Amino acid sequence: MDELKKIALQIRKTAIESIYHARSGHPGGCLSVADILAVLYFDQMKVDASDPDAEQRDRLVLSKGHACPALYAALALKGFFPVEETKGLRKIDHFLEGHPEINIPGVDAPSGSLGMGLSQGLGMAFGARYSGKPFHTYVILGDGDMQEGNTWEAFMCAAHHKVGSLTAILDANGLQGDATVEVQMNYEPIRPKLEAFGWKVLEVDGHDLHQLKSALEEARSQTEQPVFILARTLKGKGVGYMENEQVWHGSSTLTDEQLTRALEALED
Amino acid sequence: MMSDLEFWSLGENISVRDAFGRILLATARERQDFCLFDADVAGGTGAKPFVEAFPDRTVQFGIAEQNMMAAAGGFADTGLIPVVSTFAAFGTMRAHEQFRTAVAYPKRNVKLCCSHHGMDVGPDGATAQMLEDLATMRAIPNVSVVVPADANQFMSAFRAVLDWEGPVYMRIGRSPAPVITDGDVDFQIGKADRLREGLDLCLVATGVMVARALEAAVSLAAQGIEARVVNLSSIKPLDRDELLSAARETGAIVTAEDHNVLGGMGSAVAELLSQELPVPMQMVGVQDRFGKSGEHDELAELYGLTAGHIEEAAKVVLQKKSKR
Repeated sequence: MDELKKIALQIRKTAIESIYHARSGHPGGCLSVADILAVLYFDQMKVDASDPDAEQRDRLVLSKGHACPALYAALALKGFFPVEETKGLRKIDHFLEGHPEINIPGVDAPSGSLGMGLSQGLGMAFGARYSGKPFHTYVILGDGDMQEGNTWEAFMCAAHHKVGSLTAILDANGLQGDATVEVQMNYEPIRPKLEAFGWKVLEVDGHDLHQLKSALEEARSQTEQPVFILARTLKGKGVGYMENEQVWHGSSTLTDEQLTRALEALED
Repeated sequence: MMSDLEFWSLGENISVRDAFGRILLATARERQDFCLFDADVAGGTGAKPFVEAFPDRTVQFGIAEQNMMAAAGGFADTGLIPVVSTFAAFGTMRAHEQFRTAVAYPKRNVKLCCSHHGMDVGPDGATAQMLEDLATMRAIPNVSVVVPADANQFMSAFRAVLDWEGPVYMRIGRSPAPVITDGDVDFQIGKADRLREGLDLCLVATGVMVARALEAAVSLAAQGIEARVVNLSSIKPLDRDELLSAARETGAIVTAEDHNVLGGMGSAVAELLSQELPVPMQMVGVQDRFGKSGEHDELAELYGLTAGHIEEAAKVVLQKKSKR
């Protein structure tokens, strides 16, 4: 766990630095999803950076694509490309697009338009079933995904077809683009909704690595029912001045001083 | 190769939906690499025989096309080809962004085959009569757009579509329409077919309008006007050489499509010719209106899509040509 904790901090630092160099990006949601990514890539998922397109690899769809600086950081730390490359984020002559793009090593799906990630993951899980490949598919949803109708079509379909190789993780930080979820379009109570749709729901503290690990292990063991992990998180987690502050949803330009303070806050 | 595939005889009136059902079954027996994605309309698209024969290769999504389309994108990345089939209004409009972002942008190998477009739909009326699909689908990068002229050509085209690497949108006609092409020909995406020679003008038609263009050409010939007829079954990529030859050698073009004239096949031809080789043009198609209920042939009459309308357009374009 100490190792995972260090990796989660590295993901946060790398993501914030890349947003600083890009002069734009969404830091708040990167910081809330970092622990989820750390446990997935460094404990749970069967992926091999030296063979990023392996047919039997586990898949991950980051449906909240605006948090891709954290995904790129995790992929870089995992060895899909050099960490130094993350400084090229959003640049005209660089491969790290402002939202996930499928030619980036390790990226399994395009996203950036909310609501399409769960369906893409469901399609991959169907692919595993119909082609007899044993991989597992993970989809990380954001609060905004829960407001898109497409996501609910996918919830209905995955349960109907008993797609047990699909796990959805909601990074429930409670803040969206312009205001709180509660103000903009409250999707709570989420557990009874998802259970009524036929999903198994597990609720965890999304910054507790132990809880995340055990929930993901339980999800993976399900074969007949998709699992929804409701991960309660804090937007901006780890950088005091960003925590639960609307302004850091994005798209943010960080000053030198803000970068320094963020990196200091993220020291071990 | 096409041993168990029967084509129809010239002149028969066949719905292209029947061809979709027949070619799905035939290709499914030959190759294991595709599945059908359906949204509770297999009876309407023509895919029903496949659904019944290959339930283990059918993925049922219920009436939820956005989910189906984005799922097709993810599915295609796992090695199997999803043949996504629904009505055009749902496949190309309801799920348009899913197609753009989860299929076309990552260039995933999804084949979208939609029925119910144009006045060919008939009595269901405007909501089902998709008149904008060619415009919206061809505007997306990485996408090929294929509109077979009849049931025979649909079957040849479907094989080529399955073999094509990348996303394809394909129209499936609904109402019975005359068979005008031979079966068992090698269909090439991006290649137009010249069906009749002529040097006075060229009728460039697609889908059900090809048979009507041939009919118009016969009538024009009786009046001493020799019209070339080109079946433009590949709206994208365009057969530039054939279209530039038509413009160069005949000097006048009439396009004919069962689609809004804004943004469709005629627009695609005009985009090419206006830049490379401008000649007088007339566009036969629906003139920026919604449809209504009625039989498909009555609608063709009401909305200006008959052989007679093509003939009228031919005379207009010849007048323009003579003034140059």
